[in-house]
Amino acid sequence: MSSRRVELWQLTLARLREFYREPGAVFWVFGFPVLLAVGLGIAFRNQPPERPRVAIVNGPEAAFAADVLRAGDVAEVVLVSDDEAARQLRTGEVALTLAVPERAELRFRLDPTREEARHARDRVEAALQRALGRVDPARVVEAQVTEPGARYIDFLLPGLIGLNLMGSSMWGIGYAVVDARRRRLLKRLAATPMRRSSFMLAFVLSRLVFLVVEVAALLLFGALVFDVTVHGSLVAVAGISVLGAAAFTGIALAVAARVQSIEAVSGWMNLIMLPMWLLSGTFFSYARFPEVVQPFIRALPLTAINDALRAVMSRGAPVHSVALELGVLAAFALLGMAWALRTFRWQ
Amino acid sequence: MPSSTSGPAIRCRGLRKSFAEVRAVAGVDLEVRRGECFGLLGPNGAGKTTTIEILEGLGVADGGEVEILGQRWGGGDERALRQRLGVCLQETQLADRLTVEEVLRLFRSFYERGRDVEEVLRLLELEPKRRAAYVKLSGGQRQRLAVACALVGAPELLFLDEPTTGLDPQARHRVWAVIDEFRRQGGTVVLTTHYMEEAAQLCDRLAIMDHGRVIAEGSPRELIASLRADQILELEPTASLDAGVFAALPGVSAARQQNGRHVLSVRDVGAALPALLEAIQAHGSAVKTLETHQPTLEDVFVSLTGRELRDE
Repeated sequence: MSSRRVELWQLTLARLREFYREPGAVFWVFGFPVLLAVGLGIAFRNQPPERPRVAIVNGPEAAFAADVLRAGDVAEVVLVSDDEAARQLRTGEVALTLAVPERAELRFRLDPTREEARHARDRVEAALQRALGRVDPARVVEAQVTEPGARYIDFLLPGLIGLNLMGSSMWGIGYAVVDARRRRLLKRLAATPMRRSSFMLAFVLSRLVFLVVEVAALLLFGALVFDVTVHGSLVAVAGISVLGAAAFTGIALAVAARVQSIEAVSGWMNLIMLPMWLLSGTFFSYARFPEVVQPFIRALPLTAINDALRAVMSRGAPVHSVALELGVLAAFALLGMAWALRTFRWQ
Repeated sequence: MPSSTSGPAIRCRGLRKSFAEVRAVAGVDLEVRRGECFGLLGPNGAGKTTTIEILEGLGVADGGEVEILGQRWGGGDERALRQRLGVCLQETQLADRLTVEEVLRLFRSFYERGRDVEEVLRLLELEPKRRAAYVKLSGGQRQRLAVACALVGAPELLFLDEPTTGLDPQARHRVWAVIDEFRRQGGTVVLTTHYMEEAAQLCDRLAIMDHGRVIAEGSPRELIASLRADQILELEPTASLDAGVFAALPGVSAARQQNGRHVLSVRDVGAALPALLEAIQAHGSAVKTLETHQPTLEDVFVSLTGRELRDE
C-alpha cells in the first residue's frame, strides 16, 4: 500500500466518523431535505384548483349571487354584514368581498396584489355575468397537464437535490475546518508529514459517500411518494451530483481557508449561499429575473447543478447537452481547491 | 546520509520573533546534542513556546538561523524532515468524536515508517481506553494520547511543549517514564516546562529562559552548582535588616531579600550559622523563622531574576 493511499483513507474515515457520530448533523443532511420535500409536495400537490372563499354583503340581491356561485361550484360563499365582510377581507379569511345592490352592478373589494384575489374576481364575475345573460362567443378547449414529469414536484425535486448538496457541503466542511482550527488540531496536523492535498481531498471523498445517501434518499422519496421518475440516465445524475458536491466542497474550503471563528464562517457561508437560494431556480424558475442578470445566474454553481439535474431527470437529456453546466461545476471545484491550498491557515 | 545523521540535533543562532509590539524571542542561541534531553525552563511568557514552535517549523522567525537534524525549514523537502520529528503541542484538542485508537491510526498513517499502534497504546497505558471517544477522556488521558501521537511516527527528535502541565502527579510520572523509554532507544528530546522538578528529573541540559532570552544554560547540576551553595537558608528576622548585613558573613556566597525574608546561599552551614545569629543580635533583631533546603533550579531562577518561576 502506498502511504498516500493509507493517509487519504484514514483522513476520509476520520471525516465520515466525525459526521455520523454527530446525530444533529445527520438529521440536517438527510432528514431535513426529505421533510422539505414532504412539506412542499403537500403544499403543491395536484388537486382540483381550490375554490376561493368570497364574502357577499347582505342586501337585496345577495341571495341571488350566492345561489349562482354555489350552484356553479365557483366559490365558497358566506353572507355577512358590510363590516364583517371588511374584517374578513382584512384578515385574509376571504379572497374578496362582493356587494350586489342591483343586478346591473357588481361591487368587488379586493387586494389586487393577491393573486388568488384577482383570480377569484375573474371567476366570480364570469359566473355572474353568464347567469345574467352574457354569451361567450368562443368555444374553449383545455388540456390539463398532470402527468408525471410536468408537475411542480418534478421541477422541485432536482432543485432540492442541488440545494441539499450545497447546504450539506458548505456547512459540513465550513464548521469542520474552523472547529479544527480553533482547537489547534490543524496546527498539530501541520506538524506531521501529512500531505496537505490529502487533507483537502479527504473532504471531497467523504462528501461523495454522503452524497450517495443524500441523493438516493431524495430520489427514492420522490419516486415512492410523488411518483417522480428519472427520465434520463441514473449514471448521469450520479455524475452531476459528484461534480456538484466537488464544486461546493471547493467553495467551502476556500471560504473556511482563513476564518478563525464559527460565527465568522457562518456569516460567510450565509452570504455566499443566500443569493443562490434566491436566484438559482430551486423553488421557482430564474427566468423571472431580468435578462441582464441571467448570465450571472447561470454562472452560479447551484444554478448549474439544478439545470443539469432537471435536464437529465425531467427531460431525459443526454449528458453532453449539459456540458456547459458541468464545466461551471468543475471550474468551481478546481478554483476553490486551488485557492484553499494556497491560502489555507493551519494555525 | 551525510549531514543529517551527524552533528547536533538542533542548532539555532540569534533567533528573534516579535508579535506586534511584543518581543517574544529576543536572540536565542541553542545547541541540542543527539540523544540528549534538552529543556527550556522558564515562567509563562518567557518565549519558550514561541521558540519551540519555530524549531518545529510551525512558526517563522523574524531573524536567526535554525537547523534541525542538519536541515533548514523552508528549504524544499519539509515533509522528509517532518517524518523524523514528533511533536506535542501545548493545549491541542484532537477530534472529539474519534476514539483513542482511531486518532492514533490516523496519525500513524502520515508516517512512512512508524511504530506499531498497539505497541504505542501499550506504552502509554491507553489500551483500556482504546474505544473511548476523545471527548470522554480525562486531561491526563488526553495528554498521554497527545504524546502517543508524537511517538507513533518513530521520531528521531521529539518536541514536547509543556507535556505535563495540569496533570496530577501520577499522570505526570507516567509521561516521564515514556520520555525515559524514548531516550533509552536513542531519541533526542526537547521540552519546555515551568516545573523545575520536571526539568531536574528529565533533562540532561537546560536553558533557563526569561523575557525571550536564555539567561543560563547547563546541566541541572551545573546550574545549581553556580549558586555556590550547599544549602539555601531562608530567614525571617523580627525587625527588618539590610541585606548587606549578611552578604559579607563567612560561608555565605550570596544574600538577597524577598518578601521581607532573607534568602542566603550558604556554602558552609557550620561556619555561617553562628556568625549569622551574632549579626542579627548585633543589629538588635532576633530570628522569627529559619529554614534550610537543598538548592534547586527554582533557587537558580530566583537568583538570576529576583522573581519566582511559578508566579503566574
